[in-house]
Amino acid sequence: MAPPTPRTRAGARRGAPGPRRWAAAAFAAPLIAYLAAFYAYPLYRNIDLSLHDYTPRAFIQGDPEFVGTAVLREVLTSDAFLPAVANTAVFTLVSIAVQYGLGLALAVFFRGSFPLSPVLRALFLTPWLLPMIVSASTWAWMLNSENGIVNAVLGAVGLGPVDWLTSPGWALVSVIVANIWLGIPFNLVILYSGLQNIPGELYEAAQLDGAGAWQRFVHITLPQLRPVSAVTLLLGLVYTLKVVDVIWIMTRGGPGDSSTTLAIWSYRAAFGTGRPDLSEAAAVGDLLILMALAAGLVYVYLRRREARP
Amino acid sequence: MFRPPLSDPSARARSVLPQGTRPRAVRALCAAGAALAVAAAGTACSASGGGADDDVYTWWDPYPQHADGSDWERRVQECGTEAGVTIERTAYDTTALTNQALLAAQEGTPPDVILLDNPAVSTLADAGMLTTMGEFGLDTSDIDENLLAAGVVDGEAYGVPIGANTLALYYNADILDEAGVDPESITDWASLTGALEQVADEGHGGITFAGIGTEEGSFQFLPWFWGAGADLRDLDSPEAVEALELWQGWLDDGYAPNSVIDNSQNTVWEEFLTGEFAFAENGTWQVDSAEAADFPVGVIPLPGRDGGAAPTPTGGEFITAPVQSDPERYEVTTRIAECMTTPEGLVETATTFAYYIPPTQAGQEALLEEDPDLEPWVDAVRNARGRTGDGLGTGYPPISEALWGAVQGTLSGTADAEQALRDAQSEVQSEADGG
Repeated sequence: MAPPTPRTRAGARRGAPGPRRWAAAAFAAPLIAYLAAFYAYPLYRNIDLSLHDYTPRAFIQGDPEFVGTAVLREVLTSDAFLPAVANTAVFTLVSIAVQYGLGLALAVFFRGSFPLSPVLRALFLTPWLLPMIVSASTWAWMLNSENGIVNAVLGAVGLGPVDWLTSPGWALVSVIVANIWLGIPFNLVILYSGLQNIPGELYEAAQLDGAGAWQRFVHITLPQLRPVSAVTLLLGLVYTLKVVDVIWIMTRGGPGDSSTTLAIWSYRAAFGTGRPDLSEAAAVGDLLILMALAAGLVYVYLRRREARP
Repeated sequence: MFRPPLSDPSARARSVLPQGTRPRAVRALCAAGAALAVAAAGTACSASGGGADDDVYTWWDPYPQHADGSDWERRVQECGTEAGVTIERTAYDTTALTNQALLAAQEGTPPDVILLDNPAVSTLADAGMLTTMGEFGLDTSDIDENLLAAGVVDGEAYGVPIGANTLALYYNADILDEAGVDPESITDWASLTGALEQVADEGHGGITFAGIGTEEGSFQFLPWFWGAGADLRDLDSPEAVEALELWQGWLDDGYAPNSVIDNSQNTVWEEFLTGEFAFAENGTWQVDSAEAADFPVGVIPLPGRDGGAAPTPTGGEFITAPVQSDPERYEVTTRIAECMTTPEGLVETATTFAYYIPPTQAGQEALLEEDPDLEPWVDAVRNARGRTGDGLGTGYPPISEALWGAVQGTLSGTADAEQALRDAQSEVQSEADGG
């Protein structure tokens, strides 16, 4: 897609005399310093933390013992590891699949203009505007076993009560539902703007050819939306992998470890108890970074393949 | 710790997210958020520490509910003025305070004074960031031994309690009257469970407590654990199993609501205030709120298994002095600490906090003179037991973590009490062997 002109100009710049290169470096320096201070160093520090045994004492004295991958191995072989990975996978995949599906359905729905459509669309953004603490606490109230409105409604039709947040079988489901609700606006907004970029003529032409609404959706909307969908899903994946707040506020990863994801594990190890275990937290963090990185690479690969004719 | 900052449930959440929740947009920037947060903790949070200005002394405490202009803030400032300096006070919530203290010590900018939740004292002392009270020059001989114990590591006191609180059983007198239960008759587990049955027959909720998967959960379970005669060094003893089965039995029989699994002490109190429950396990800090309830509220000691009051854990903060690069600062800091720990000072702290029981005999007598109704609480505090006692020290946090895990597992039905506690014990064991 990139027009050829900038590339040739860039080629010319490469051979330019010294002063211009210095100027270019000077312009780039703030950005590089920023990247180094706020991205590279924290990453380095995270890895550093995970390779040493940082007890509170070692943390203060600055003399942690280098233990290599021992902490990481401990995490990987821990009894809690596989359940946490499974919870993370279920939480992430179910969340983004449903968020994307509902977001797309709503985006298509709002594409047709009808009275009040902008107002309704704005209403769907509410979850985005509320502070996380408010929405997650509200969900926790609604799902409360004794006094929650959800059980009250279920009771009125003769069902339940269900221990949404306090039974091992339901806790993960509950936090997924809340997280889906939180993620719909993001999907709606991005997909909706993606839809705006699909030329109307395509639909007109298809209609003339006799394509029905479903066919138009499958053969025009979906393929045209593919790049936007890929970005939405990738960002969704990265955001959801690292979700701490919703789960922490609603269940703290409990009861037991039944809604503990890797991100919750990491957070709890570092900040959740009176005994900060930064090495363990950082080791779990390493794993999360690797997962996000892998997702990013898959995305880049898919984009490349797409760009190729 | 356990003085809930606000009465709305968001307070619970607030107390777990140290820096407050960041807006989504900001969080979106850090692609690997949780991981980054950990890393950032080591780098980007350099705190406003002491050491810089001779006339300004820094003070950290875990009372964000007492804002600028509050009685507590004024009280702190007065102690500063008395010592001829200005105090710069910063409040964090309990868990965040420990982390911030570690970070500040690592940066070499610790505050002059930290009020620390008592189980954290041994952790920070062990990290080598606190001065002993001997070096610091504060006399600890008047302090009740059971209360001072939490701050003692290897025979040295690393802090002084500014007050203490503990747990007891609040009851709703209206409900007990209706069910024909005499609160005085509740002296052991059997009579308590009998009373629960009676109130349940009248259609009332029985008891509510906090079984949450945090230190609060262990704090609330300990009176039953100790009341059965169990020992923290032996989590899977038959006594421990019995205590956990008591809780589980109440849940199974519907005497306790299912929400106890997720209840913080704050939430417990809110449930109790609805007037639906006959009993609630809660602390000294609810005395004022109990008086203001819509129904008459009474207090009895938490019963032990075979009768008598169960040992309850001590709660409350210690005044500690982090090691400073400039030892000359200790002199003023000592004066500030002394101002907080005179008998009058302790009583003032006690009433400011509604209610903290002074940790010294003189302070307790002075408090009782002012408010004789607090006698049961003074007794409770005198008989309370430190969580980090029994030589556990820094060994306590991992034990507590395993214990609340077992409580959670049992109450939510993942494992039976015996299995859960056996797992907890082996978790502690393997951690002790590994570390």
